[in-house]
Order: sequence, then structure tokens, then C-alpha cells
Amino acid sequence: MASVVSPKRNYTGKLIAVEGLDGSGKSTQIYLVKRWLELEGYRVFFTEWNSSILVKKSTSKGKKRQLLTPTTFSLIHATDFADRYERQILPLLRAGYIVLADRYIFTALARDAVRGVDRDWVEQLYDFAVHPDITFYFRVPLEVSLKRILEGRPALKYHEAGLDMGWTSDPYESFRMFQGKVFEQYESMRERFGFTVVDASEEIHVQQAKVRDLIRGKIDLPAYRRRPCR
Amino acid sequence: MPLKDKPFFGRSLPEVRDPKFAGRLFAIEGADGSGRSTQIGLLSQWLEANGYAVKHMGLRRSNLVSEELEEAKQGNVLTNTTMSLFYATDFFDQLIHEIIPALRAGFIVLADRYIYTLMARDLARGADRVWTRNLYSPAIIPDAVFYFRVSAAQLVDRNFQKNSTLDYWESGMDLGLSRDMFSSFVKFQRMLQLEFQKMQKEFGFDIINANLRIDTIQRELRKKIGAQLGIGAAAQVIALPPAESGR
Repeated sequence: MASVVSPKRNYTGKLIAVEGLDGSGKSTQIYLVKRWLELEGYRVFFTEWNSSILVKKSTSKGKKRQLLTPTTFSLIHATDFADRYERQILPLLRAGYIVLADRYIFTALARDAVRGVDRDWVEQLYDFAVHPDITFYFRVPLEVSLKRILEGRPALKYHEAGLDMGWTSDPYESFRMFQGKVFEQYESMRERFGFTVVDASEEIHVQQAKVRDLIRGKIDLPAYRRRPCR
Repeated sequence: MPLKDKPFFGRSLPEVRDPKFAGRLFAIEGADGSGRSTQIGLLSQWLEANGYAVKHMGLRRSNLVSEELEEAKQGNVLTNTTMSLFYATDFFDQLIHEIIPALRAGFIVLADRYIYTLMARDLARGADRVWTRNLYSPAIIPDAVFYFRVSAAQLVDRNFQKNSTLDYWESGMDLGLSRDMFSSFVKFQRMLQLEFQKMQKEFGFDIINANLRIDTIQRELRKKIGAQLGIGAAAQVIALPPAESGR
């Protein structure tokens, strides 16, 4: 896939993203990274998937009333991402922050591909976004992540369970199928996008220690200390 | 009407299994005040008089995002890529939920602006050409596109007659071309015309001189659309809507 818009890397900040299946524990890990960097006094900003205020009303309306189709599902998430990207992520990278993203464009690429949207089209859609300095992929056997999520028999949301695909009307079965396909997508992206794989079946603090080591090794942290007030 | 293949510009939509439709799609492009809605109103009358069912589409009319997009336009929070994608969401929502079903059912769909206006605006705002083309590549190619060309001076007149103000976004005020709204409007409209000129070569629009009289334009449109539908271009009386007839 040829990149059509090569975003300029005209910033001094660093971008760290976490990706992985629901139940892989990635949000816990990025939260711990955030606490660590904050407590150590670094300039850090956290952003999560699907959180733009501008787009939120449309997204939740679309989901509630089941108005979304694969294409509009894809576009509305791209809009959400673009809003956060243009107003927060990029300006903060320019200002020299460490930006932590709980899910990044790879979540969209994986989910949209599962929904049958043309892969090349989606990739080009997200061409405006810089790729992270580190993308942690929390890799966990499908059965483990399914167990973590499904054990409590949670009320699964319609799109989360992939019920919009109409594969089956059983939300749990649908969720399994959907996650299985998302897993395949992540696996296919691993090498191409240079994911840093973390074994997400290990204990939380063991994973976190590895993640912190990797960050220390790749980012010159002292350069990101909060500037003292004068 | 015979079923017709409605090919996509590039990629196909996963929502559309069999893109063969009985209906026809005609798009009218042009700036605010170029007379689009007047002409579309007259075309609809004529089509319905001839027994054709008509469906309209336009910008910011989707169930999914029209209100939210309007809201976002009122604040100063819309950045370029976000705006492009928001409009694209609005467009594809209408395409999938309304236009394609209507085309399947054999309607004549009249689009009060289509992807070309959206692309022209994005390009004028500095979007990457290849990116923009890709964004709209799963759209359906219309049976004809009519671009209403009006001089910038005429447009200013018509906009003042209609609203007594110029629209912030139609004036491209977000681009910082000028602090003066009037010169910004003129500059931005010229930029859009330039983009349309470039696209014209690629997509082969019918260019309509929209400085002409309403009935002259309407006759030309009926001739062209009639030829595609097999409606005779018999000289018909074109009843002008009362509010417009003074122009």
C-alpha cells in the first residue's frame, strides 16, 4: 500500500500507542504507564479511542438506532479520530509531549476490515496520521481474552459484539467470531507496522516492567521533563 | 427503464451487493446562489408530470450526522480533515440508506450537490488530491453532472438578495484569505471555480452558464435529461415560481 499523504514528522514529542483485543489488558497497562510518567514528572497526555466530543452524539445515536453500516461506521470513527488528532494529538506532539493513545488507527484498520470495508481505502483514509514511535501489541490467546470478557456474562453492546454483521443472533457467539477475526487482522499487521509484542498472559506488573524498560530504551525520557515554573 | 450498471468511481461499497439499478442519478453542482434549488424544483415538477418518481438528496441531510454537523459549523472547532470526514460520513449515510434504495426502486434521484462540491471544498482547503479522491472513490457515478457556473459578482448579488449576509464557510473565512468577508468570499469562490475547472477535464461535467435566465437554463437541462430518459424535449411552458420570476 502506497502512502498518499506522508505526514510531516515536524515535532519533538513522542507517540506511544497500545493495541490488542478487548480483554487483553491494554487499557490497564497504558494507565500504569501514564501514572508512572506523571509521577516522574514528564509531560504526558492521554487520549482514548472514540472520545471526541464533537462526534460523540452522532456516534452514539448511530449505534443506538443501529443506523451505522460498515462504511459509515468506518467514517464516523475516522472523523472522531481526525478531530482528536488535529486538535490534540498533533499539537501536543508539536509541543513536545509524550502522547499515550489507548487504541490508534490499527483498531480501525482491523475492525473495518472485519466488516468488509476495502482495506486499501481505509488505510488511505488514515494516511494523514503519523505512525506511533512505539505501538505495543498486547497479544493474548483468543480464548484467554474471551474468557476475561465473557466470564462475567456482561451485557455486550450491539457493535462491540459484531451483531451488525448478522452472523448469528447470539451475542456471545457473535462476539467470539468477531474477536477471532479481529485477532487475525492484528496478526497480519504485526510485522508490517512494526508492533512491539507484549505477552499479555503474564502478570500485570511483569508486563508493566517490560513495557517501562522498552519505553526507557527507546525514548530519551529526561528530554520530556515538565518545565519548571519560574 | 432498463437496468443499468452504476459503476463506482473506484472501490465498491460492502453494503451494495449487486450494483444494477433501474433509476437514474443526476447531480447539480454550483455555489450557493447559483440557482440550484430553483432548477431542481422545476425539474422535479416536470419529471413528476411525466410520471417519474423523484428523490432528492443534498449536503447535510443525513439522519446520522446532519444536526451534529450543523452544530459543529456554528462553533470554531472544525479542523480540515475532521470536516472532510464529517461531510463524507453525511454523504455516504445518505447514499447507502436513501439513494441506493431509491435507485433500485427506479427513482430519478436529483442531487443538490454531490461529491464534486465536497471535493472542491476540501481541495481549496489544501487537502491532498489523492487522499480526497480515495475518500469518495466508493461513490456511485452519476448519469450526468451539471455544473452551474456563475460569476463571483453575480453570486455576491444573489447571496445578498437571499440572506443579506454572506455565509462564513461559503466565504472560506476559516482559511484566513482576508479579514474582509467580501474579499474572502470572492477569493474563495474563485478557488472553488478553479477546482471545478480542473475536475471538469477529468469528469466531463456539463457546464451550465447560470447567469442566464431561469427558463433558458431549465430548457437546456430538460433537453439533456430528457434525452437520457426518452422524454421528448417538446416545448413546454415552464411555470416559474412566483418568488423567482422577477429575476
